[in-house]
Amino acid sequence: MEVLRITTSGSVDDGKSTLIGRLLYDTNSIPQDKLEALHAASKRKGLDFTDLSLLTDGLVAEREQGITIDVAHIYFSTPTRKYIIADTPGHVEYTRNMVTGASNAQVSLILIDARKGIVEQTYRHFFIANLLRIQHLVVCVNKMDLVDYSEERFNQIVTDFQQLLNNAAFKEQDVKFIPISSIYGENLAARSEKIGWYKGESLLEHLEQISFDHADNTHPARFPVQYVIRPRTEAHHDFRGFAGKVASGHFNVGDEVISLPSMQTSKIKTIEQFETQRPTANARESVVITLESEIDTSRGNMLAKPDSVPASLKEISAQICWMDQQKLTPGKTYLLQHGINRVKAKVQQIDHVIEVTTGRTLDDKKELGLNDIGKISLKTAQPIFADPYRVNPANGAFILVDEYSNATVAVGFVE
Amino acid sequence: MSNKIQWEFPQALEDEAIYILRETAAQFERPAILFSGGKDSITIVRLAQKAFYPGKIPFPLLHIDTGHNFPETLEFRDQLVASLGVDLVVRSVQDSINQGKVQEETGKYASRNALQTVTLLDAIEELKYDACIGGARRDEEKARAKERIFSVRDEFGQWNAKMQRPELFDMLNGKIHIGEGVRVFPISNWTELDVWNYIRREQLGIPSIYFSHEREIIERDGMYWPYSPFLNTTEDEVPFRQKVRFRTVGDMTCTAAVISDADNLEGIVSEILEAKISERGARIDDKRSEAAMEKRKQAGYF
Repeated sequence: MEVLRITTSGSVDDGKSTLIGRLLYDTNSIPQDKLEALHAASKRKGLDFTDLSLLTDGLVAEREQGITIDVAHIYFSTPTRKYIIADTPGHVEYTRNMVTGASNAQVSLILIDARKGIVEQTYRHFFIANLLRIQHLVVCVNKMDLVDYSEERFNQIVTDFQQLLNNAAFKEQDVKFIPISSIYGENLAARSEKIGWYKGESLLEHLEQISFDHADNTHPARFPVQYVIRPRTEAHHDFRGFAGKVASGHFNVGDEVISLPSMQTSKIKTIEQFETQRPTANARESVVITLESEIDTSRGNMLAKPDSVPASLKEISAQICWMDQQKLTPGKTYLLQHGINRVKAKVQQIDHVIEVTTGRTLDDKKELGLNDIGKISLKTAQPIFADPYRVNPANGAFILVDEYSNATVAVGFVE
Repeated sequence: MSNKIQWEFPQALEDEAIYILRETAAQFERPAILFSGGKDSITIVRLAQKAFYPGKIPFPLLHIDTGHNFPETLEFRDQLVASLGVDLVVRSVQDSINQGKVQEETGKYASRNALQTVTLLDAIEELKYDACIGGARRDEEKARAKERIFSVRDEFGQWNAKMQRPELFDMLNGKIHIGEGVRVFPISNWTELDVWNYIRREQLGIPSIYFSHEREIIERDGMYWPYSPFLNTTEDEVPFRQKVRFRTVGDMTCTAAVISDADNLEGIVSEILEAKISERGARIDDKRSEAAMEKRKQAGYF
């Protein structure tokens, strides 16, 4: 069974939590007792309907204010697929949460209020989905009931959205527009009769048939070594296995591999998953690799194939999203974590800041604060073995960690 | 739609959990597995076994013994520990009571659920564990839905929901200051059904109380409570025998039973797919208030 990860973002009151609640309701994913608790909670709030948004707003502060503050994870499944929704707040001050939710998603779901059309937050959501190169974009035009299910209104929004697509950096995104009404469940699990002019799929039908992107299996082979297994027991006296999760590409038994940074080569002797021997390790699989000969490899190193070695980078140009209250300090040393490998890195300069709602670069703005996105230059103490994010996302992202607070202060995308 | 049987375990979840366990072993000096003897912690132990094979599991198991455990769970725990050759560390709530650190609750709803947080935090401090691996899942409860995979706790074990570190892609940041700790949740993205399908696929042993059996119970607040010497009952609460099983296993004083004939894993999975009550709906400790879990997490509960 495959797992499809979706990120949703929306503005306050555009019905995102209701949409998710409705999706769970329509797939019978809400147990009776939770539903009863929802009825009771809605009543206490003086509502005359069951507020499905109360299902996802998990923190006291969120329920009090009726908004989503943090990323919440919601699960449901159909007979063929397991779905994980990362539900994120849509406000500008939660851009970092949006980026976080988007970082693991294959599908980005953007909600637009049919009455309001494209608003500032739509630009921000789209920019992030595009920056992170999320394969599939689903634009749900919600609250169609409040515009009399007007086809004209829907088409106008689609046309307006086309402008964003035309200006986007990542053009290969698969985009789908669906007119919905989350409060009445129109076009969510099943096709709407009220929106008869729309001949396309309902949201769930569309999600069910989204083809999985197995492209990262054909990307260059990258295996970050997480942990070296050396049991030194009688039964496994000479066993030396490299445990890790294949970041991208695939490895076969017998393949020649090169270890970075030692640049020593060997051949794959076995690929193991617990007691099973495998001929191949595919992208995202956790395995143990043993080699024909002893080479210098330890945690943080990377195995690759000699014909497609990643660049050894000590000077890095990257787009970043800043995620900390404290502004980025040029000249300060941070820890750069690329996958599982940590090196010291100094921020050389802020090249520019990007105005997310217009995509414009602000060359004279040299400050990156919480939720800002921009481009910086970094210098690292040791090289990292990264690919440009646009070529191989699984080996092209990193985080910055503040050495004093230990907080994760930024996420970066190697240019 | 969910009535159709879903037997297949999504393999991506195991790959993710093993990756998280290996990061835990690599990033921390003294990690431990919080082991309750329930199905989720049994799953964690299995994942740890697979993550480091043919090496040994590099974590001890820490069991906070409330003294109100089901005897079947303790029996199972000891068998599992013996068969895997892992270290088991037990710290007991009774000791915390005897030391005067916590006070036994009174009344008919008395349980040791809240008390165990103190014993847990003391054990973490005494044993100097910098990471504790738990089997909590985000689908269990809405405050847990906001939880990180590496969840940083302050010196008092407290969870600060508003100050959580963002987790980008699969990159885990386990850097902490001295005195702080991390709770690690490798099966965050699993649902109850995923756990059962995994137990089926891996053919894992579980305590017998998960399967249908006859037992003395009482009815209270529309739930079936296991009758035991630890339960404070009122006069009109008369125990009777009934075929039941437990869907979740906590203490005998805070876990309700469900009436069931399911005596094998297939039966359990079918039952969950049709179940009208959520898993934690059988947890009396969650019913105390809408924010019961969030409050306990702030206090250091895992």
